[in-house]
Amino acid sequence: MKQIVAVLTVLAAIVIVWYAACIPMNIKGVLTEQERAGAEVQPPSAKDRRDMDEIGLALNNAFAIPATWEQERPRLPAPHQVAIEMWETTVQKKITSKRSLIYHGWVTLSATMLGFVIGTGLGILLAVGIVHSRVMDLSVMPWAIVSQTIPIIALAPMIIVVLYSVGVQGIIPKAIISAYLSFFPVVVGMVKGLRSPDAMQLDLLRTYNASRSQGFWKLRLPASMPYLFTSLKIGVAASLVGAIVGELPTGAVAGLGARLLAGSYYGQTVQIWSALFAAAILAACLVGLLGLIERTVLKRMGMAQ
Amino acid sequence: MNTENTTQPVIEARQLDLTFQTNDGPIHALKDVNLSVGKGEFVSFIGPSGCGKTTFLRCIAALETPTGGSLTVNGMTPDEARRNRAYGYVFQAAGLYPWRTIAKNIKLPLEIMGYSSAEQDERVKKVLELVDLEGFEGKFPWQLSGGMQQRASIARALAFDADILLMDEPFGALDEIVRDHLNEQLLALWARTEKTIGFVTHSIPEAVYLSTKIVVMSPRPGRITDVIDSPLPKERPLDIRDTPEFIEVAHRVREGLRAGHGDDV
Repeated sequence: MKQIVAVLTVLAAIVIVWYAACIPMNIKGVLTEQERAGAEVQPPSAKDRRDMDEIGLALNNAFAIPATWEQERPRLPAPHQVAIEMWETTVQKKITSKRSLIYHGWVTLSATMLGFVIGTGLGILLAVGIVHSRVMDLSVMPWAIVSQTIPIIALAPMIIVVLYSVGVQGIIPKAIISAYLSFFPVVVGMVKGLRSPDAMQLDLLRTYNASRSQGFWKLRLPASMPYLFTSLKIGVAASLVGAIVGELPTGAVAGLGARLLAGSYYGQTVQIWSALFAAAILAACLVGLLGLIERTVLKRMGMAQ
Repeated sequence: MNTENTTQPVIEARQLDLTFQTNDGPIHALKDVNLSVGKGEFVSFIGPSGCGKTTFLRCIAALETPTGGSLTVNGMTPDEARRNRAYGYVFQAAGLYPWRTIAKNIKLPLEIMGYSSAEQDERVKKVLELVDLEGFEGKFPWQLSGGMQQRASIARALAFDADILLMDEPFGALDEIVRDHLNEQLLALWARTEKTIGFVTHSIPEAVYLSTKIVVMSPRPGRITDVIDSPLPKERPLDIRDTPEFIEVAHRVREGLRAGHGDDV
């Protein structure tokens, strides 16, 4: 109960700040519209208004404040505008419609999931290699770190262009960009997890004359599970970012990234914001789902109480 | 007194030497260690920290490699003995896998050594009874107290047929009352299984109460200063610790420890 109250309080604070921020952000546009509609605006000349600060304008023209929350194309849409747009583009649209957020969300989600699976698989394989081979430890790890210092927004167009020239397009390039972002946290987490058994645990297996593969399956792998799940939660969020970024440079027609891009072409800020929220909600659901799987698995393993 | 000593010793060290190379220069961990342990003996290694008692036990287990002298276990090199799974090793911490139940933890060495699953079940049942943990097979380690966890780890070391049991301060982290109880159980277990036991401790009463042979060691370099064959009978109730014989042995151990420290302080 206490938690719910705390969460709602924070939420209410954000909404209030948001509504307040809409006033200075949108007041100039609103006053121009009001003036055209024939209302008395202070000061009357558009040139004078341009030099005034937004808060002063809002105080001088208090009657226009409600209109800052109802603009067609606001600089900053009000929360309820975003909420209504989201409602209309999810529940009230058929999911086959090109304007349905669920349709676009699914396009992005499928690339995210494919990328996440590729990235996780690659991450685990690299981690196993790094833990078992000193050569790989020395050679792969620095490259993995360097790979994450390149801005993905710069790399994504290259990946798409190169893959397109060899005839690969559609979901695969997006999934690869997505995998590129998600493999790293998995490598780092799994290396740490696979190395988590202490010297005593390793000595114990040595007294049994256990082979390396027995040590891996019976000790290292189970010991790494809590680390793996933590990495997966970071990795899946990174995957979603990767998939959205992968939709931007191609001028893709579908996906949350395409929705963001189209919104910015046509100044549809409400559409941009609802796509942003759709992405955030999607990420929250994915992380939440992984958290649920984590609890179930660790509980069945006996590692969570 | 020990008729077994006439047969081949189970553990035999001659002029054993071990030097660790560290960044601060070489450390002489063991120097000229000579020791012979017969079958069915209970040998305690006692001494201050840094005297090499744990290192010596680890040499027997082939977890460390001596740099000089000779060491045989069951007439083989320690590493051959390890490959033949000649010993069970109990560490200071129980080291049970948190993701395995007690029964599954005890099965760990059995799985690795390829016992059939019927055989595994049978052995788990047998050793749980030996350490007095019947009914706990389905519990996870965190559901057990520290003493019970350590008993489970002893059960794990007993599950396969090693005739040597090496124990490195197994009760060091437990409180006095639990420790007394476990000492009593360990003696009963030793009497039933007739294993050869090597036991590292820094408690004089524990060493004297448990052992047929007490090896007193001293540090820098790690070496043996005294080997005491205990005159105490095999049957030992807890109150044997108040008898004059017991006190006399304890006194000799204390003297040995003091002598070892003498040239150092």
